[in-house]
Amino acid sequence: MTRISIDPITRLEGHGKIEIFLDVQGNVENCYFQVPELRGFEVFCVGRPVEEMPFLTSRICGVCPEAHMMAAAKACDALYKVEVPPAGKKLRELLYMSFFVTDHTTHFYALGGPDFVVGPDAPAAERNILGVIAKVGLEIGGQVIDTRKRNHRVIEMIGGRPIHPVAAIPGGMTHPITEEQRQEIIAIARKNIEFGQFTISLFHDIVLKNTDYVDLITSDGYTQKTYYMGLVDENNHANFYDGKVRVVGPDGVEHCKYAPNDYREYVAERVEPWSYLKFPYLKKVGWKGFVDGKDSGLYCATPLSRLNAADGLATPLAQAEYERMYETLGGKPVHHTLAAHWARIIELQYAAEHMLELAEDPEVTSSDIRAIPTETPSEGVGIVEAPRGTLTHHYITDEKGILQKVNLIVGTTNNYAPMYVSIRRAAEALIQNGNVNDGVLNKIEMAFRAYDPCLSCATHTLPGQMPLELVVRDRNGEVVHHASQYVAPELLAQPE
Amino acid sequence: MSDNGTFTPVIVGFLCNWCSYRAADLAGTSRMGYPATLRDIRIMCTGRLDPTFVLRALQKGADGVLIMGCHPGQCHYQEGNYKAIRRFALLRRTLRQLGIEDERVQLHWASAAEGVQFAQTVARVTEQIRQLGPLDWARNWPNEDPYAVEEAVHE
Amino acid sequence: MSNQKPKLALYWASSCGGCEIAVLGLHEKILNVAEAFDIVFWPCVMDFKYADVEAMEDGEIDVCLFNGAIRNDENAHMAHLLRQKSKVLVAFGACSYGGSMPGLANFADREAMFQWIYFDSPSTVNPDGVVPQKRSDVPEGELRLPGFWNTVKTLAQVVPVDYFLPGCPPEASSIEIAINAIVSGELPPPGSVIGPDVTVCDECSRKKSEKKIQRFYRPQEIFPDPDICLLEQGLFCAGIATRSGCGAKCPSVGFGCRGCYGPNEGVLDHGAKILTGIASVLDAMTAEEAEAILDTLPDPAGYLYRFHLPDSLLRRKARGNGQRQPVGETSQREPA
Repeated sequence: MTRISIDPITRLEGHGKIEIFLDVQGNVENCYFQVPELRGFEVFCVGRPVEEMPFLTSRICGVCPEAHMMAAAKACDALYKVEVPPAGKKLRELLYMSFFVTDHTTHFYALGGPDFVVGPDAPAAERNILGVIAKVGLEIGGQVIDTRKRNHRVIEMIGGRPIHPVAAIPGGMTHPITEEQRQEIIAIARKNIEFGQFTISLFHDIVLKNTDYVDLITSDGYTQKTYYMGLVDENNHANFYDGKVRVVGPDGVEHCKYAPNDYREYVAERVEPWSYLKFPYLKKVGWKGFVDGKDSGLYCATPLSRLNAADGLATPLAQAEYERMYETLGGKPVHHTLAAHWARIIELQYAAEHMLELAEDPEVTSSDIRAIPTETPSEGVGIVEAPRGTLTHHYITDEKGILQKVNLIVGTTNNYAPMYVSIRRAAEALIQNGNVNDGVLNKIEMAFRAYDPCLSCATHTLPGQMPLELVVRDRNGEVVHHASQYVAPELLAQPE
Repeated sequence: MSDNGTFTPVIVGFLCNWCSYRAADLAGTSRMGYPATLRDIRIMCTGRLDPTFVLRALQKGADGVLIMGCHPGQCHYQEGNYKAIRRFALLRRTLRQLGIEDERVQLHWASAAEGVQFAQTVARVTEQIRQLGPLDWARNWPNEDPYAVEEAVHE
Repeated sequence: MSNQKPKLALYWASSCGGCEIAVLGLHEKILNVAEAFDIVFWPCVMDFKYADVEAMEDGEIDVCLFNGAIRNDENAHMAHLLRQKSKVLVAFGACSYGGSMPGLANFADREAMFQWIYFDSPSTVNPDGVVPQKRSDVPEGELRLPGFWNTVKTLAQVVPVDYFLPGCPPEASSIEIAINAIVSGELPPPGSVIGPDVTVCDECSRKKSEKKIQRFYRPQEIFPDPDICLLEQGLFCAGIATRSGCGAKCPSVGFGCRGCYGPNEGVLDHGAKILTGIASVLDAMTAEEAEAILDTLPDPAGYLYRFHLPDSLLRRKARGNGQRQPVGETSQREPA
């Protein structure tokens, strides 16, 4: 049995590695995706006052701290049974939409985009934002930086800091915005909408008009049929901040739609001895192993899942593109993992449009943005959509609001088992008879990258490709093949 | 495995110059018998007591800390011992959360004339800490680093 | 092949990624970084592998910005490796400097962690009692995971560190100061914290007068005056004993400082310093009065040591539940 170790995977919050075992013919026997990291927020938050949770859990992720802050704030609201004033909800959601724009921008341009803009088989050195810029112009890089910069400015205005904002506490927000700030945010939202349209047309020009890419997207190696999860409002439109969790099956039929308090009836987590991360699955379908299909409890929570689980989007430009996507890809639900890139930019457009709606509402500058809780705290669940998936925070406190128990199911975690299946399926399709090369590596990456695992970075001059070193050893541990994708050839361990 | 009966605690004492340190002197010159467990350190006033001193003593192996000053209202510097009261209250709660028993760190008063009270306090506190057993704080963090060449010195 | 530009590495141990995003928070100024340095290792962003670092000469990396706490074997391995390969090692951000949120795990230990995460949490279904192992057998071979420690350490508790850049994460302005210092060579003495040595109060625009409080309030309990010092109004704020450089952004939106920039010069234990600051504002002359006020401040250790628990003098909560047993290694089970 030959073993291929990919260690570490990068563009993952924390660390991850993939172990691929090949049989004697050189085909994939099995594949394991391990997460070697654990910090234990659920344990060390016990004993802390519950209102500190937006602050504490924000440090679960420095890319999506806003998601944790919001899920935590909502869990606290539920726990105290306090109703946030309408202006407070709007202000929270405004921050949240701005965050979604910047987060999806970073992922699309730095991670997903390069594969399509320059091509999955292009030389490794070009498969990054530099290659994108070379192909479509320097202005793109500047636009990406500016998008991140102006939206981080919004997050700072409303939340206090651009990373790990602090203004969300039980009952609402700590600090109002001024009319001047609102006007600035309106201008930023308008720019975001333009940028969203630009990004969509870029995707059309470069990806959808390219039949090779469309074939790649729709190929079997990147297709799997799981359940799909996403938060929806009362009209079954996708909503990232609030609503109920809806899960549809691989056939598109609704499996369940639950309120946050009921999550435990539907979701369970499994433990394996070779990873610190647990594998969530749908309880009522059951754990059937790392397989997809209607009988397996695996579910995805990605931008594609959210659009699969919803009946539409609440803003016009995003809705138009949503319809176009499903028309192009043959109806709902779509099972092509790489279509998540398309779904992501549709969500970016929705977030931008909704951000403008919220910013144009003068109520958002109100100072009535928080209510003081009067009830005795006990237990609460808060759910939001993080860019990478449905995020659940569940707290139990004593009567003074000191945490006794904490349970968290985090965005990327939902996708752990499906990611594993995707990697294995891509590896099986691509590694035939022991034939491994750079192109193969990159295409295995693409299966993983579509999920936008919790960390995304790299805007402009920094090469944005995933580091992969492929070392193939025979039974005696001798290296029989070594391939890698590096930017700096002088850093290669061996000459290539 | 410790045997509580024969264990002799090491207690670091912070005694204020004007009252409790003089009380200690008085106990000594009066030949009063009391356990030789206290390592006393003279500070000018309990208001000088930085909680860091207490933590340092515990970190370095003390089984307990005894802080003694002038009675409230009699502080040589008027208000120093009130500061000690406030700091001590918060320190005790913090130590409790870190798993350190209340009896290990105590705050008491003894005027310069109270040699007897001083000796009795030391004896009582010694016995309380003896019952608890050694603290040996450093055993809470044995080295877990398989790559360590030597234990990194941390000041 | 020689590189004229100094070599820069960035690495993350047990962290959240916020420090990476903070570096990107330089926005267009990051172009200056890319111009000034040759980035040779940055797992978040670039494709260099551990093997590349191992292949480097000792001291080949000019500057390594290391964020994240040390809480497992892999973190420690990379800390030692990068120390060996780097001329200058910077503890970047609160996790590597003080421990930050991962450091709060020092209120618990591995057993407590595993018990909740893999058994007791309400959504976990684990009938076979499976626990992650350092080595586990699968039909195809053996899989490994790095050992999970009982006690989180800071970078400086594992290897010698040249500089500390505080913040959770460091604000862009603080990072700029550090990068400029490194590029210009005008660095403070080794072992220093890079940043101003005044407290957050210095940067906070709220009005400060006499601080004497009769009680604390939890943030959700009151609507504080937006112009007056938060601590004076009974809201916990560690700013009085925390290094500034952050712009006092949290107090500016009505949320008290929680101490993410860590202590000022000469302070051995950040929590103890915050303690004295907080104690000094209590309007109490007797133990009873002090206790009554402190009854309104829950979880003092969690406030005082929010960011610097591993870095504190006591480092962690006692293990062994105060029972007089040897606190030896409860090693992560390995299959027979």
